[in-house]
Amino acid sequence: MPHNERLMPHKEPVAVVGIGQTRHVAARKDVSIAGLVREAAQCALEDAELTWADIDAVVIGKAPDFFEGVMMPELYLADALGAVGKPMLRVHTAGSVGGSTALVAANLVAARVHGTVLTLAFEKQSESNAMWGLSLPIPFQQPLLAGAGGFFAPHVRAYMRRTGAPDTVGSLVAYKDRRNALKNPYAHLHETDITLEKVQASPMLWDPIRYSETCPSSDGACAMILTDRTGAARSPHPPAWVHGGAMRSEPTLFAGKDFVSPQAGKDCAADVYHQAGITDPRREIDAVEMYVPFSWYEPMWLENLGFAAEGEGWKLTEAGVTELDGDLPVNPSGGVLSTNPIGASGMIRFAEAALQVRGRAGAHQVDGARRALGHAYGGGAQFFSMWLVGAEPPQN
Amino acid sequence: MPEVLTAPLVVEFPFTRSLGPVQSAFLTGLRARTVLGVRASDGRVVVPPTEYDPVTAEEIRELVEVGTTGTVTTWAWNARPRPGQPLGTPFAWALVTLDGADTALLHALDAPGAESVHSGMRVRIRWAEERTGAITDIACFEPYDSEPGRQPTAHSGEFADTDTETNADTDANADAGPVTGIIAPARLDYTYAPGRAQSRYLNALVDRRTVGERCPACRKVYVPPRGACPTCGVATDEQVEAGPNGTVTTFCIVNIKARNLDIEVPYVYAHIALDGADLALHARIGGIPYDQVRMGLRVAPVWTEGARFPDHYRPTGEPDADYDSYKELI
Repeated sequence: MPHNERLMPHKEPVAVVGIGQTRHVAARKDVSIAGLVREAAQCALEDAELTWADIDAVVIGKAPDFFEGVMMPELYLADALGAVGKPMLRVHTAGSVGGSTALVAANLVAARVHGTVLTLAFEKQSESNAMWGLSLPIPFQQPLLAGAGGFFAPHVRAYMRRTGAPDTVGSLVAYKDRRNALKNPYAHLHETDITLEKVQASPMLWDPIRYSETCPSSDGACAMILTDRTGAARSPHPPAWVHGGAMRSEPTLFAGKDFVSPQAGKDCAADVYHQAGITDPRREIDAVEMYVPFSWYEPMWLENLGFAAEGEGWKLTEAGVTELDGDLPVNPSGGVLSTNPIGASGMIRFAEAALQVRGRAGAHQVDGARRALGHAYGGGAQFFSMWLVGAEPPQN
Repeated sequence: MPEVLTAPLVVEFPFTRSLGPVQSAFLTGLRARTVLGVRASDGRVVVPPTEYDPVTAEEIRELVEVGTTGTVTTWAWNARPRPGQPLGTPFAWALVTLDGADTALLHALDAPGAESVHSGMRVRIRWAEERTGAITDIACFEPYDSEPGRQPTAHSGEFADTDTETNADTDANADAGPVTGIIAPARLDYTYAPGRAQSRYLNALVDRRTVGERCPACRKVYVPPRGACPTCGVATDEQVEAGPNGTVTTFCIVNIKARNLDIEVPYVYAHIALDGADLALHARIGGIPYDQVRMGLRVAPVWTEGARFPDHYRPTGEPDADYDSYKELI
């Protein structure tokens, strides 16, 4: 072993020392896009007790440009994010972008390229129309569908057929996530009068997906400050440590693609668990923030991520295991079903996982959470990004 | 080489912009024929104003009024104006430092010819007659001899609802309080070409034949073909006719009408594995009540005169396919 490898690990341990979010709502008409991202970044700096001068680089992400019609948001937002004279990168992987943006930032710290990095993701859905942005009139293609719900609904039906899950499972997820959101002041939807009956009585939009089982359209931003061991030692609050992070991609459509449980998702999770030394995710992980834009994706991802055997994910949901007081809480924040500024949604998952292991999740804190998974996916179940964060520094 | 199809693709949307406090003051000012800048941490006056300091990143909110006359710092001659540009006749794109400002504003300069424009020339704003709170409230700049030297003056950023000036166009331009948002229409004009493989597929559809392509490595048949196998990364050039019948592998019932689609709801949107294809294509199911469509249903295309694609697929009346026969094709 070369001398220097004995002195320092081959990768710099990465700590999350600052987290900031806007209060997500349907329309933030009072701020520009610059003002929106600034709010989240400022909150993250305050959490870390740092200033703009302490930031070495900025990594931002958002979903497709057509969502706001700003073709180079990284150019427009450089001054709002204090990036003058610093490296600034933009990441783009559709709905998973919030996760992959955080991972690109984490890798810059792990590789010792930069000591402290601000990473941020946003969407101001009220400036445009995502359903339009996802349904451009491509010539020679038969227009059959608009938006994401109709795209994913047939895959939900395929899951139900494959596993024999009762058709009530989706409503249980929506009911849980909307109740969790009531404990999260940053969540968009606060449906104080929510009942299971109301979820089950809501109209079918894309049968088998009901209105109450779909995500809202939100304006919001999320920011994190990632730093090295030196930065972590100065942190005024306990940091979250990155124990593993990975991204995987596959084509949107190919012969043999398993839309119910994509191979890229399985591989991504396996990589993260390997890095983190996790052999039994169901027992060793205390909380999960997974990207569930339509309620049925909770049981689907429980299987894809290795928390349940194939065909068994819905049983965890039905048994209450994924409730806030269950033994594997999923989306204690209320999840994407309660808050969906699309580009930011993945980063909110990563940030909420970090809040859990920092013990700073407030009313939706999972008691004693030491290890948490943040998960995002995007495109036609095409891009996956995940990280596992812990309360203790990584061992290796 | 087969004919490669092309077609225009126009993408356009009226994006909205919430302005925030600084841009709101700037555009409300233009409506009242007043140009506002913002004072940066180092004392410089930035026009158009930004919300955050370009050097220190601090929030900056100290608004100042600058002049409506200024100096051209640099320029480029635009001999052939395009639709949507500020002037229909040849003009200069100019960076103008307004009197009292330390940064330059980009706009059009109406000048008789390139030879009449030079850096250092003095210009003034020509206001649009109808002003709405937009950068186009400045119609353009025009040559104007005057002495520079105006100093910026403090401004609250607030404007009275009624303009105190007595010009004829006052009433039309002074209503409705501060400008808080704008609409920024965007339009992109593309020529779309689906490529050789898709063109072969589309040309065969004219004869109501569905022709896919087989991957030479994994032997999978792609319908529609893409010219390459996404799994193996090799070219697919063996033509294979698939269908015309197929099996519904999964579906959803669409109950909400999309504004850009002329399809009555409810309707069934299905994945259909054509016989001989290894990937399902997507189509509408008809000829059966929507609530009787099921996975495994056997279907055949229904063509209408002059249409490129089958209008929908209808049940063939065959027994349903066994789940195991299509479960890998969902």
